[in-house]
Amino acid sequence: MIGLISNLISGVSLGSVYAIIALGYTMVYGIAKMLNFAHGDVIMVGAYICFCGINYLSLPPVVAVLLAIIACTALGIVIEGLAYKPLRSAPNLAVLITAIGVSYFLQNSALLIWKSDPKVFPSIIKLEPIHCFDGQLTIGGVTLVTVLCCIVVMVCLTLFISRSKTGKAMRAVSEDKVAAQLMGINVNRTISVTFAIGSGLAAVAGVLLCSAYPTLIPTTGAMPGIKAFTAAVFGGIGSIPGAMLGGILLGVIEIFAKAYISTQFSDAIVFAVLIVVLLIKPTGILGKKISEKV
Amino acid sequence: MKKSTFKKLVCLVMAMALIVALGVTAFATENPAPIKIGGIGPLTGAVAVYGVATYNGAQIAVDEINEAAGYTAIEFNFQDDEGDNEKAVNAYATLQDWGMQVLYGTTTTGPCVAVSAETNTDRYFELTPSASSPDVTAGKDNVFQMCFTDPNQGITAANYVKENELGEKIAVIYNNADAYSTGIAQAFVAQAEELELEIVEQQTFLADTDTDFSVQINACKDAGADMVFLPIYYTPASNILRQAKDIGYAPTWFGGDGMDGILTMEGFDTDLAEGLLYMTPFDTTSEAGVAFVEKYEKLYGETPNQFAADGYDCIYAIWQACQAAKVTAETSHEDACEALIETFTSEDFAVDGLTGNGMTWSANGEVAKAPYVVAIVDGVSVLQ
Repeated sequence: MIGLISNLISGVSLGSVYAIIALGYTMVYGIAKMLNFAHGDVIMVGAYICFCGINYLSLPPVVAVLLAIIACTALGIVIEGLAYKPLRSAPNLAVLITAIGVSYFLQNSALLIWKSDPKVFPSIIKLEPIHCFDGQLTIGGVTLVTVLCCIVVMVCLTLFISRSKTGKAMRAVSEDKVAAQLMGINVNRTISVTFAIGSGLAAVAGVLLCSAYPTLIPTTGAMPGIKAFTAAVFGGIGSIPGAMLGGILLGVIEIFAKAYISTQFSDAIVFAVLIVVLLIKPTGILGKKISEKV
Repeated sequence: MKKSTFKKLVCLVMAMALIVALGVTAFATENPAPIKIGGIGPLTGAVAVYGVATYNGAQIAVDEINEAAGYTAIEFNFQDDEGDNEKAVNAYATLQDWGMQVLYGTTTTGPCVAVSAETNTDRYFELTPSASSPDVTAGKDNVFQMCFTDPNQGITAANYVKENELGEKIAVIYNNADAYSTGIAQAFVAQAEELELEIVEQQTFLADTDTDFSVQINACKDAGADMVFLPIYYTPASNILRQAKDIGYAPTWFGGDGMDGILTMEGFDTDLAEGLLYMTPFDTTSEAGVAFVEKYEKLYGETPNQFAADGYDCIYAIWQACQAAKVTAETSHEDACEALIETFTSEDFAVDGLTGNGMTWSANGEVAKAPYVVAIVDGVSVLQ
């Protein structure tokens, strides 16, 4: 029983990391209607910047995290301006391929700058673990902080998009770009802002990801990025609470599959569940129903 | 007038050049031409750490031999294979064109299996510093290893656990997609059963880039294991140590030689590795070991790991065997191969190196030497 609960906690912990990455994916998709496959790599860059800030510049962790957020936001704006903006009217497939290109570019640049040998991310979250049942069950400090961060980010994003003026513009762009432009909304600027926020979130996700799983290599963001994308689709891409739900469910399924079925097949099981969900609810768990106009 | 002066001058210069050239050749013939040793390993890519170490270690040995000889006795050409099988075979072809006589390498197991199939057909003598799978040498009389084989390490580990009573309930976590890790783990489990040690849990993972080990750690904890054997590389091991600490699980950790290097990981909290035991062939506290470490640190600015020491020993072993077998620059690679095989497997051929004294080789290419066990105490490794 204790084993079951500790695996559940591991699942939620892993899932909350997926969730926070998925929030970035889903926001960019929901508004700009494009899959930013480079998101996972922006996470990696964020983690490296935070690592460098702490280890080389001896900055206090909070400042290093802020530095990472600022740097990633700037990186997001630059990527968007250079790679995606010129393709605004191009077919979706062209944008998708470009995103994959950006992803490779970031990975290889990181390989050049930081080399391939793994770095160990410092433990910056000093929260004491919680012990229950006479120490048989321990909930790590990182898990608590990640789940908390995830909820805070989710609530803030939801409020921002539903209440603020920029949020309103984002929703309008998401509904219909041309109509939004006719209403006097600067579509380009709105999309850039979306990217900036998404990339800033990526930095936070990077710090949390590497706090939980401290090995930092240039491909650190790749697999979690793909899993988080799956989580976003699972929860209903474009839906912010959906990303959170999808992420946590995915983490729990993955850990349970590993623990009780097979370590080898855990990824296959995760994706099989995704297929089943998509067959039953094609838009994901919390996805909006799309009525096709014929 | 002017023209003829110019002609005279040209003649004079040419004549002088000729004399100088003759002088140089005459001088050069006093020393024998260098033996050409080719090397292959990953200098870039994900496993570059190992290739760079084996390359640097070997280069130090080459420089020492040349310095001691007073002329270029060994010409060394090391090619990058990025840890990729196909690129390793291409690198091998490059070295063949260069006129290689003996192959030092390759560094990692996969490429080594691919290249040794070629060297076996083409008849090149091959000595690998670090490819430890029995697949590397199986059925190939020309391939020898400087590192101990994976099963050998697993058996030594089990014996050590038994002798020193490291644990009553033992768990194993290994990478079952990796020949090195699986090889050690299986031999360890088999030997442990023989010695009637209790194995309570065997957990696996799929890639050294995996980061989440909570399931494996929880399983070991639930099974009540008080010692966990980790025949894996240090990158996943660093994650395991951290995550075990997060959930308050502190068994005795015991690793294979892949654990060597964990303290050099940038940013690694050495407190996590406190008390960790692992096997290594390289005794850094010996006199030769200390001198090598000092030299390596001076030249390359980092502490050498066991792969560097294995590489260093390989070059000396090849050099010693070449002298014993009277292999020179004129010997064809086929003849050198046969002569060196005979020397390596002969009873009176033994090499003293950084990674062992009196190392001998069996006909199947395996080296006979015992691993040392070291423990991490106060952030440094201490010989047990």
